[in-house]
Amino acid sequence: MFQIRIHGRGGQGVVTAAEILSVAAFDEGRHAQAFPSFGSERTGAPVVSFCRFDDREIRTHEPVMEPDAVIIQDVTLIHQVDLFSGLSSDGYVLINTSNGFSDLGFGDFFDHYRPERLMTCPATEIALEHLGRPLPNAALLGGFAALTGELTWDAIDKAVREHFSGPVGERNAIAAKAAFDYVDSKIKETARASTN
Amino acid sequence: MLRQIEGSKAIAETVALCRPEVVCAYPISPQTHIIEAVGAMVKEGTLAPCEFINVESEFAAMSVAIGASATGARAYTATASQGLLFMMEAVYNAAGLGLPIVMTLANRAIGAPINIWNDHSDAMAVRDSGWIQLFAESNQEASDLHVQAFRLAEELSVPVMVCVDGFILTHAVEGVDLLDQSFVDAFLPPYEPRQMLDTEAPVSIGAMVGPEAFEEVRYLAHLRQLDALERIPAIASEFFEATGRESGGLVRPYRTDDADTVIVAMGSVLGTLKDAVDARRDLGERVGVLGVTSFRPFPSEAVRDALASARQVVVIEKAFSIGAGGVLSNDIAIAIHHEQTLLRTVVAGLGGRAITRRSLEKVLEEASRDELATLTFLDLDRDAVDRERARMQATRRSGPSAENLLRDRATVAPKVRA
Amino acid sequence: MTSQRVHFYQVGSFAVGNRLLNEEERTIQAQADRTNSIDSGHRACQGCGEALGARYALDAAMRATNGQVVAVNATGCLEVFSTPYPETSWRIPWLHSLFGNAPAVATGVAAALRAKGKKDVRVVAQAGDGGTVDIGFGCLSGMFERNDDVLFICYDNEGYMNTGVQRSGATPPAARTATTEAVGPEPGNVFGQGKDVPRIAMAHDIPYVATATVADLHDLERKVERAMEFHGARYLHVLVPCPLGWGSPSSETIHIARLAQESGLFPVFEAEYGVVTSVSHIRRPVPVEEYLSRQRRFNHLFGANPRPDIVAHLQAMADENIARYGLIAPEMEHSS
Repeated sequence: MFQIRIHGRGGQGVVTAAEILSVAAFDEGRHAQAFPSFGSERTGAPVVSFCRFDDREIRTHEPVMEPDAVIIQDVTLIHQVDLFSGLSSDGYVLINTSNGFSDLGFGDFFDHYRPERLMTCPATEIALEHLGRPLPNAALLGGFAALTGELTWDAIDKAVREHFSGPVGERNAIAAKAAFDYVDSKIKETARASTN
Repeated sequence: MLRQIEGSKAIAETVALCRPEVVCAYPISPQTHIIEAVGAMVKEGTLAPCEFINVESEFAAMSVAIGASATGARAYTATASQGLLFMMEAVYNAAGLGLPIVMTLANRAIGAPINIWNDHSDAMAVRDSGWIQLFAESNQEASDLHVQAFRLAEELSVPVMVCVDGFILTHAVEGVDLLDQSFVDAFLPPYEPRQMLDTEAPVSIGAMVGPEAFEEVRYLAHLRQLDALERIPAIASEFFEATGRESGGLVRPYRTDDADTVIVAMGSVLGTLKDAVDARRDLGERVGVLGVTSFRPFPSEAVRDALASARQVVVIEKAFSIGAGGVLSNDIAIAIHHEQTLLRTVVAGLGGRAITRRSLEKVLEEASRDELATLTFLDLDRDAVDRERARMQATRRSGPSAENLLRDRATVAPKVRA
Repeated sequence: MTSQRVHFYQVGSFAVGNRLLNEEERTIQAQADRTNSIDSGHRACQGCGEALGARYALDAAMRATNGQVVAVNATGCLEVFSTPYPETSWRIPWLHSLFGNAPAVATGVAAALRAKGKKDVRVVAQAGDGGTVDIGFGCLSGMFERNDDVLFICYDNEGYMNTGVQRSGATPPAARTATTEAVGPEPGNVFGQGKDVPRIAMAHDIPYVATATVADLHDLERKVERAMEFHGARYLHVLVPCPLGWGSPSSETIHIARLAQESGLFPVFEAEYGVVTSVSHIRRPVPVEEYLSRQRRFNHLFGANPRPDIVAHLQAMADENIARYGLIAPEMEHSS
């Protein structure tokens, strides 16, 4: 089973992101589940959503306590909410920011994590460029696919287009691809650097 | 067809396949997505002939359903928590009149304090009303149950509520194999009312009944629910024959045959429980799970049979009777030979507090050592409680307890507790 | 030779026996083939205004619809006296659900009829003032707002009579009820803002709103039939004196209803889509005292410790109604 937790603020499409991930997994023939952890509806309030997928039937309905990946859609949450609770040292982190991971003030928190699995991506900027709106959720899904390799790009692309139909779907898919390429090239860059 | 779909939407589409003729509802979290979806289908004509009425309160919602059902129309509504309480007079009225209304209850805690998250206190509040109450374990079962519910309701002239854990199921996107129209049409024939407001054959419905006959009317209602004890498994069996899916029925045992300890629960927690039980089984423990699907009528015999060889029964429930104790536990206790079985109640998930597999495994761990208290409140923050009690002891004007607890906890943002 | 014009007042309201009228001018109750929607044998009190009003209203609705009426009833006197276990006086399809939900139940009945394509079957909902003005008010407004195809009739006897004469939102100021006793410096019901449901109904701009009393039964029948010409939400508010609750002789129910209208305290009018279309004029305005003094519920305003100030206040209310609706009849022609 692969479990993802997505943190963001109301209005940023956190719930939609989890849903699209689950549809992508479903399209790949897996069992998938996505659900939110609601506060009362309010833009700007911290929101958490969950997604898990597995090759076996998923019976549990507990929140994702031990995520394999955490996606942070809003970097301002970092010192406000316990974002990384339960994340194993093999876990993936993808943060929406134009800063580098080491610039975010985590101190030694991630010292025992695998650095190639800790990634940032300027998803808001990418979204502004392709959508004209600061909605980073689809872009981050592209970044997630590149970072973890758990879902194929094709599945993400299809799920994004299915969810946002028409030209909006097209633009979100482009944003997602841009983020995918960004993360993919960062990973390759890091890999090259470490072999040098 | 198998689709990755939100629970609410799956329910709405299944309800639409049941061809309701009058749908009326008042919005309340977490039921909103269900009625929004049905409303859209009526508005765009995919569900027709159907009248969708946006009513001004839940009391009006059940009342409109009553009027519609008495006129021979298949009627449906949905609500939760506070809404259920607001329509309570009409809920009892519908059962008393013998109207086969089907309602989705998106289980949510009852305030005060106001709380929009899941627990079973709303369903418990109307358990004596005469409605049949079926609890869904998953979104697949939630949608399947609605088809069975209409069939059951109309056969017996008893209203049926399908209980679906709010947010946990209603707002979860999962794979659901949705039925198609031809299947539902074959499984659920058109509604043939037992009583109907008909100008060709006028009747008076809803007359006063005095002491001379009230007991008999109530007893007849009880007999109809006892009939349901036979019809529910029969309908589920027919459903299984046609789909291969185990949806509905009275109880659902899981690895109980040789179990020393059996956990009893209702609703979505059953899925998490099964994972926890599998983990314990891997450690060599003999544990099992008994899901109760039909809460009303209460399947005493089926429960007794399933728990017959268990030495210990642990009931996990999402509601409790303040000042008394467990609610489901009570019904379980009466059903089993309590003297010979250790019965433990664990109250969990109140107001939407997550029931984690880890916490469940801890419960199983304690149960295996016979260390469970008779009544446990899972994951209770005893210190916070004690601090509030101390505050109340120290001063008369101690303020609202709820606010004090929140301030004590200094909640800034929702935390997922590990 | 001198001639003098003689005015014959309408015979109808004084003699609904109608023997003096041509057949087409008689009330439906005078027809042998009337529906008897609510049949004899019910348990209403002697002189009950509501029983009288309901009988006229339902049979008129039945005639207007060729017998295609479903009735929904709120809890109250009418429901209780018409269905004494194990009997029913209703010859038409009839549903009683709860006290406060008659409008919503009727909405459901109408929706079901529409879903089933039964276009000709019409719905009449009925309740007392309690089930309309107070506990049923939310549902009533919802029904109006949606313009559901229901004729809602309120039989207003100005109190919760079935449960022992308690005050409702329709109880007039100064009236004695069990919860507004005639004691203290302000005996009887207080002077609040009142709740003028006919005007509230008009504010919803629904197709048809009318008031009527059991003193003019031709008028009541005509209004029911007029209402049935419309589709959508319609409201009829009928004043029905309650001899028991009002403390009036059971033989004077109709007379007292007439005095209510002629004093101006109960304006009788019709409105369509929020605009008044007709009023029943008052030929000879009657001082409110004449109306009040016949009812023991107003006794404390007269006698040993009279309250002319309260009576004057009530008179002012009547005068305001007269002005608002233009209730005084235009001057009659006098022959020279």
